[in-house]
Order: sequence, then C-alpha cells, then structure tokens
Amino acid sequence: MIRIALKMLVGDRARYLGIVMGLTFAALLITQQSAIFVGLMTRTFGSITDLGQPGIWVMDPKVQFVDDVKPLQDTELLRVRGVDGVAWAVPLYKGLLKVRLHDGAYQTCNVFGLDDATLLGGPPEMVEGTLADLRRAEGVIVDENGANGKLATVRPDGTRVPLRVGDTLELNDHRAIVVGICRVSRTFQSQPVLYTTYQRATTYAPRERKLLSFVLADPKPGVDPSELCARIEAATGLQALTSDGFKTATYGYFMKYTGIPINFGIAVLLGFVIGTAIAGQTFYNFTLDNLRHFGTLKAMGATGPLLLAMILVQALVAGSIGWGLGVGGASLFGIVSRNSELAFRMPWQLLAISGGAVLFICLASALLAIKTVLRLEPAIVFKG
Amino acid sequence: MSPAPAPAAAPAAAPALAIRCRGVEKSYGSGDALVHALRKVDLDVAMGELLMLVGPSGCGKTTLISVLAGILDADAGEVAVLGADLRTMAKREVTRWRGEQVGFVFQAYNLVPTLTVEENVAIPLLLRGTPRRLALARAGELLEQVGLGARRRSAPRDLSGGQQQRVAIARSLVHEPRLLVCDEPTSALDAETGHGVMELLRAHAVRADRALVLVTHDSRIFEFADRIARMEDGRIRAVEPGRAALATEPH
Ligand SMILES: Nc1ncnc2c1ncn2[C@@H]1O[C@H](COP(=O)(O)OP(=O)(O)OP(=O)(O)O)[C@@H](O)[C@H]1O
Ligand SMILES: [Mg+2]
Repeated sequence: MIRIALKMLVGDRARYLGIVMGLTFAALLITQQSAIFVGLMTRTFGSITDLGQPGIWVMDPKVQFVDDVKPLQDTELLRVRGVDGVAWAVPLYKGLLKVRLHDGAYQTCNVFGLDDATLLGGPPEMVEGTLADLRRAEGVIVDENGANGKLATVRPDGTRVPLRVGDTLELNDHRAIVVGICRVSRTFQSQPVLYTTYQRATTYAPRERKLLSFVLADPKPGVDPSELCARIEAATGLQALTSDGFKTATYGYFMKYTGIPINFGIAVLLGFVIGTAIAGQTFYNFTLDNLRHFGTLKAMGATGPLLLAMILVQALVAGSIGWGLGVGGASLFGIVSRNSELAFRMPWQLLAISGGAVLFICLASALLAIKTVLRLEPAIVFKG
Repeated sequence: MSPAPAPAAAPAAAPALAIRCRGVEKSYGSGDALVHALRKVDLDVAMGELLMLVGPSGCGKTTLISVLAGILDADAGEVAVLGADLRTMAKREVTRWRGEQVGFVFQAYNLVPTLTVEENVAIPLLLRGTPRRLALARAGELLEQVGLGARRRSAPRDLSGGQQQRVAIARSLVHEPRLLVCDEPTSALDAETGHGVMELLRAHAVRADRALVLVTHDSRIFEFADRIARMEDGRIRAVEPGRAALATEPH
C-alpha cells in the first residue's frame, strides 16, 4: 500500500510539483540565507582564525571583539610571562595605519606587528615569499586581495598595476619593502592586511604611550587553557581568553550589537513561513482532493494506522525530494559565489537545520491531513 | 442398506441467512435538524440471493446498506451480518471484518485515477497484506472475467463509464467477499451499458456463498433481482419476489 500511496502522490503531476517546489523553496531559502549568515559571522573573527595558534589572547578588560583594540603597556607582556603555567608569551600589534602608495595616494591598512624573535601570529598561507622574509630590513607582507586591489597603483592610462614583491610603500614617513604576498581570511574590515615585525610596527605607528594590542600566550603542556586564562586574569587584572573564547566573544558582540542576525533571522523565518504555507497548503489540498479515495480505502478496510502511514510516507517523500533540491540549489549557489565577495559557509549543521525545518513542515501538514482523513466518515463514498 | 436418519433441519430447504436486521434505527443530526433516516427496519437476506432496495430519493436506502456493510453504526436494533453482530463489535474489528467480507460497488465508481486499472482492482488484496505480485495476478484474472483483460495497465480515465464500473466490479470481487453492496451501480450509465453491467454481476457475483444487496431506482434492471424490497420514509414497505427468482431455478 506504500507504493500505492506514492503513486497517489506522484500521479497528480501538477500538484506534486507544487508540493515539492514549496518545500524546495523553503529549504533553499533557509539554507542559503543561514549559510550567508554563518559566512558573515565567521568573518567577524577571521583575524583570530588566521592566527592559527590554539593559544590564549590577553587584552584590556574592556575589549569586546577582535577589532576593538585597546592598547596595553609593554610591561604587561612581562607580567603575563611571569604567570605560572605560561609556556611563552609574545606581543602582537594590531592597528589601522595609513599607507602612502607609489602614486601618492593614501590607503588605510590593517597592520599586524609580530613578535620579532618568533614571528608568531603570521598569515595562514603565503602566496609568494616566506614569513621569515619579514626579518629583512623594512620588510612587510601584504595580503593578495589588498595587493591586487586597494594597494594597486593606477597608471595615467587607467591600467591597474598590482603591488608586487620588491615594491616599496611608505608608512608614516618610513619606507617599507614588500617581501611577500599572503592569503588571509576575509574579515568585516575591508582594508588590506599588512604584516610586519612588532618592533617595526611600533615605529610605523604614531607615537603613543601604549602600543601593545594583545599578548599571545600558550599554556605549558598539561595546563588547561581556560584555567590558565583565569590565572592570568587574577595575576594581571587583564582579560584573557582562549582563541575559541575570543571568537565566541567577537561573534557574540556582532550578534548583539549589529542588525545582521535580525536581518538574516527574518529572511530565514520568511523562508520557513512561506515554505510552510505553500507546501503545507498544497499538501493539505492534495489530501482534500484525495479524500474520496481515502474514504474508499477506508470503506474497503484500510485501518487508521495504515492511512497514517500512507500520508506520512507521502509527506516525507515529498519533503526529502524538496529538501534535497533546496539544499542542492543552495550548494550550487555557494559554488557559483565561491570567488566573489559574498560570505557563504554551509557546515553540516545547516543541512540538519533546514532538514529539521522541512521535516517540521511535512509533519505539520501531514498531521493536518491525517486528522481530516481519520475523521472522515467512510459513508461519504456513497455520495454521488 | 439402512437409511440414515434425516437431519433436524435440512440445509437445502432453508438457505443460510446472510443478513438479519431487526428494529434498526438511524438518525442524522439533532434538534431541529434531526432526520430519521431509518425507522425500525426489519430485513432478512439469504445467502445466494440478490436483493434490490428501491424507493424514492431520501427514503434511507444508502443509509441502510451503509449500516449493513459496517461503515455506519446503527442507533438501535439488531444487525447481524454473515454471523457477525456488528453492533457489539469494536470499530477496529468492524473495519477488519469489512475488509475481508464485504465488497463495494459505487455509483461514482470511485477508482483512484492515478493508479492503473489492475492496481485499482488489487487494492482490497493489498489492504490485507497480499504480496503485490500475487495481488496483481489475481486482479488480472478478475479483469479477464469482466472482459477487460487487455486494459490492465490503462488509466481509469481512459475507460468509458461502463468499463470503469466493470473495473469496480472486478475490484469488489477480487478478495472473494461474502457480501456485496452496490449503490446505484447503473445510474450513471445508459440503459444498454447498465444492462451489461447487471448481466456481469449476475454471472460472476451471484454465488451460493455470497449475498448481494443492490440499491437502485432504475426500474429497467429490476428483472435482475431475486427479491425487491421497497422502502419509504425510513421503513421497508414491502418485499416482493423479483423476476430473476421467477425466471430461474435457485443457482
Ligand atoms: N450525513 C448525513 N447527514 C444528515 N442527513 C443525512 C445524511 N445522510 C443522509 N441524510 C438524510 O437521511 C435521509 C436518508 O438518506 P439516504 O442517503 O439514505 O437516502 P437514499 O434513499 O439513499 O436517497 P437517494 O435515492 O437520493 O440516494 C435523507 O433525508 C437524507 O437527507
Ligand atoms: Mg442513496
């Protein structure tokens, strides 16, 4: 009878298409919008991800997210090093500096100054040159997108010349030579990213009393990172977070203080509601149109549980196909937009969420249909 | 040779009773909208018999066969069908009993349009869990009997009304039910086609171990009845022998 149920469903092409399209639309909208949302949210903590080290970030207690730099005194580095359980600790400079290009134009860049001795915290991927090249005098590493985009110089005839290894820049009247090109995760900040050593960064930066942005630390083997964070906080009065904790805090800040989650939440909800309306409505209508046939089956001895199973199978099959098409469509969208500015990330949890939503839509409309069918008086079959 | 003692009741003399109704009442609605569809109906139907229920529109014919077939509960009275006391059985039991013992033919055929003809015929068997292949094979045999063997894979909508009703008859018989209820099986058909459908029913459905109750207001087919029960305003006014009983020996 399950096969019969499926033929009943698929047999009415137009209606079947309507049901599946509704579910596809719901799944597509939910998955695609949440994927963009997740993508954007991942960008918020792109700089933390790039740092790679599963270490500890020490910062001013008032810092709320990774781009919210509140400088520390250089001596804080030594205090962190002094905390029991810290294997090593290095300084990190992170700040926005104006870069003067060849053609005289200025461009603000996101500059990272890495510990001179270890160069810890460098870019995740080098395209040209190596991280060690930073040790060369006046060396800086520039990110690929910046080098091809905002840092490119425009010739009088309009052609763009990308910034290349060997080119020079000027930061606050200090010369800098490009020694490498790297690739970094996209962040919310659209500025080019520039890596240099900590010492050099502090000379590039405007004279200020405090220049240390973060202290990066790592626990000794066997020391629990979160426990060490607590110890650092107690000893220094600073804020210490594991990189996961810092990601969460950053992401939480954006969730709380920007309209992004609400906007996407509305889009996702809209997909859900519209999908439910279309698919639920068509499926319910499908059942209503088949009421006479369900009545006939009932008269011929179909039991309640059997009818229930038939309707559930109809709903779940339509749901699976709709979900598959929707998620497939969303993936396609992701692949097409892979090389664009668009943020798009589709972890398996999103598939589970859209699957759950579609399942809910199907079960809800099936339940509605089942209620009607179970209440149905088989005597209607004699009506002309 | 000593003659065997005669049994107390000779089965040949009194054919077994398929249906026995006493004082059956059924009403719809309540208050001002209360309709007494059946008012104390008494009716007996014998095995091997084709009984026609006739009467003016709204007199309760459909209600009565619904009660007899176990798809509607009577409000009062005694309803014994094929040895089952329907009024005391649980709903689930009645459903199962119906699936095994009763075949239906409807005025509107009620074939599922998205299934093939043979799948439609196989439904009563599939409903009781017969494997698909067996059920379809049996459906094919029945379709041969009603002269539609060549149309097994057709869609119902590609058949004429008379052909669709023949498919419905095949479906009503495929699981060998012991009671067949037909509501206006010929009303949607022209005289000639209706005649053909009734001939088919008499030829294949009427059997010594089966009772048929057929509702109609189509006087052209009265000749196919063994007995005719005339209903009026929820009551059975008279039961008369039909022409089939006069014309032929008991089958
Ligand atoms: N579900 C229902 N609710 C309320 N009243 C009903 C219902 N079904 C039937 N009736 C009423 O019960 C009475 C008997 O109806 P029934 O359908 O049994 O008549 P019938 O003899 O089959 O008529 P017809 O020849 O028109 O089919 C009618 O007055 C009808 O209006
Ligand atoms: Mg009727």
